[in-house]
Amino acid sequence: MPFEWFVALRYLREGRAQTALILAAVSVGVSVIVFLSALINGLQTNLIKQTLGFQPHVTLVPHEILARPLASLASRSALASPSATSPAPADATAPATATTIERSPQRLRSIERWQTVLAQVERVPGVLAASPAVSGPAFATRGGAEKAVVLRGVDPERFLAIIDVRAKLVAGRFLVAGDGVVIGAGLAELLGVRLGDKLRLGAPDGGGAGEGRETREAMVTVTGIFDLGNKEVNDRWALVSLRQAQTLFDLPGGASTIELKVAEVFDAERVAGDVAELTGLEANSWMKLNAQLLVGLRSQDSSKYMIQFFVVIAVTLGIASVLIVSVVQKSREIGILRAVGTASGRVLRVFLIQGGVVGVLGSIVGSGLGTLFSLFFERLASNPDGSPTFPVDLNLGLYASASLLATGIGLVAAVIPARRAARLEPADAIRYG
Amino acid sequence: MADAPAVLRVEKVVKEFGDHVITRVLHGIDLELRAGELAALIGPSGSGKSTLLNLIGLLDRPTSGRVIIDGHDTTGLDDTALTGFRGRTLGFIFQFHHLLPAFTATENVMMPAYAGRGFPTKAMRARARELLGEVGLGDRVDAPVTDLSGGQQQRVAVARALAHDPSLVLADEPTGNLDTESANEVFELMRRFNRERGTTFLVVTHDPRISARCDHVLEIVDGRLTEQADANDAGAKG
Ligand SMILES: Nc1ncnc2c1ncn2[C@@H]1O[C@H](COP(=O)(O)OP(=O)(O)O)[C@@H](O)[C@H]1O
Ligand SMILES: [Mg+2]
Repeated sequence: MPFEWFVALRYLREGRAQTALILAAVSVGVSVIVFLSALINGLQTNLIKQTLGFQPHVTLVPHEILARPLASLASRSALASPSATSPAPADATAPATATTIERSPQRLRSIERWQTVLAQVERVPGVLAASPAVSGPAFATRGGAEKAVVLRGVDPERFLAIIDVRAKLVAGRFLVAGDGVVIGAGLAELLGVRLGDKLRLGAPDGGGAGEGRETREAMVTVTGIFDLGNKEVNDRWALVSLRQAQTLFDLPGGASTIELKVAEVFDAERVAGDVAELTGLEANSWMKLNAQLLVGLRSQDSSKYMIQFFVVIAVTLGIASVLIVSVVQKSREIGILRAVGTASGRVLRVFLIQGGVVGVLGSIVGSGLGTLFSLFFERLASNPDGSPTFPVDLNLGLYASASLLATGIGLVAAVIPARRAARLEPADAIRYG
Repeated sequence: MADAPAVLRVEKVVKEFGDHVITRVLHGIDLELRAGELAALIGPSGSGKSTLLNLIGLLDRPTSGRVIIDGHDTTGLDDTALTGFRGRTLGFIFQFHHLLPAFTATENVMMPAYAGRGFPTKAMRARARELLGEVGLGDRVDAPVTDLSGGQQQRVAVARALAHDPSLVLADEPTGNLDTESANEVFELMRRFNRERGTTFLVVTHDPRISARCDHVLEIVDGRLTEQADANDAGAKG
């Protein structure tokens, strides 16, 4: 064994109480870090999983037709509808400033040559799956009940690769061919429908807003009911075949959006950028659409780092002070080591190794403790379906980074004591030590 | 004896301590030790014996003057070079806390070689055990040194000082802390090594019975050397 290791390990063994003390400090520190990270990462992963349970990672739509100054729009609609008291819906919400750019009235538009675009985006690195859809506002009626819905016409196999509704079915099957419709559990309840019941779907003709608008309708049969874990989605979504939606929205052969699944969810923004550039379409990542959530997660992260930072500082100071005491106690021995020909660099390493070894051991003990805390905490509370309320995320990366951190702490904490030891003048150390 | 090469030459060594109030402890020491000598250094307490030994042992640097060991002037050497030189050329025996308490007798004896090389070898271990046998501790080679008596510990220290065949062994009151019998044993060991191996010794002592058995007695008073008459007939050793 190299000299430095031999002496360092012997000193650790000799100073049992001190070693135990700093080992405990590192272990507790590491266990706090592991526990905290596992908990916060678990919560975040769960939140993101829930969010992405009903959202595509990236959504492609044609660019809005913009750049129509409000003034001209307003004057034109004033001409078109002389009754100024009942303006078209789109204009009602528009602030009356000449510089404001206003969206064109809602009208579903198809992505041009979407089949080509689909094939194109499927080849973009990082894209796992792509699915065309016709998606728009509609309403569903059954008897006297009428509900506003989000009607989505999808290609079943492709759609399942984006959002796995099949795994979230609470009744029936995922059958959207022909006149089949798969709806959310909330919507089923609101309308009072069950499997096999018929309901009427209606979509405003895309021709324009206001007067003269006519409605296209279709009778469909409920083939499946899902629960995607989100009230808004469960209360509003109605999934039909692509062809059915094309007919209802008067978009023959068209697709209003292409939805993507990416390999790395936090890569979605970058992939969206690539795809937008490639296709000239507007590409929105889930990250952009859930900016609020991400801001929340980020601030949670920073408080996590804050706590970890203070834990690290406390542990480092603890180790450093114990090691400094040990250097002072061992001054004379250090002097003797120097007298018998030990280079000061070796003395330095003897103390650095002590710090490093304590760091490594502490990371092992601390990881174990942190894991126990985490698993215990996870068991404390569970949801009605049996899944934990606070799912923890214990992964290899976490252990690896905690171990690296602890070893680093041990080494850094040992720097000052080790330098002190290495700088001792042998004559003084022997005389006064 | 007079024509044996000088193992140690100390030239005009001055040592001062303190930053603001400067105390001169050694006032220009000149001395020479020839190979194979066993010299005693005596003097009242506080006269500068340990200070001089530390300078010779390269544990400290003189304020001025030179320390030349085995013909090498050590004046210009940096810390690393001094440490290496010390490890190869010099052996130390201290009065108190002579050993490293966390280690066994064998490990203590191996320490100079181990520290110098960085790795232990079988030869180092064998040599340490052999030396421990020679100092009469063949049955305690693996004992933690804290389990040994004072006299036994000092014998381990003698073995350690000799483990790497140094040119010069410096002993600072090696028997000062021992009862008469142990003191005698330890001194006899040093003298035996001196006779059998020709190792040069410089021994600081207060004990007149010990200085009387040295080849050569140096006395230091108030930081100045006053060489006494040789206690023994130096010619008897030639
Ligand atoms: N590092 C030091 N700083 C200040 N004074 C010192 C130091 N080392 C020794 N001295 C002084 O030098 C004088 C000689 O000390 P020392 O060499 O230990 O004497 P001895 O070993 O002969 O008893 C003493 O007065 C002592 O106080
Ligand atoms: Mg002294």
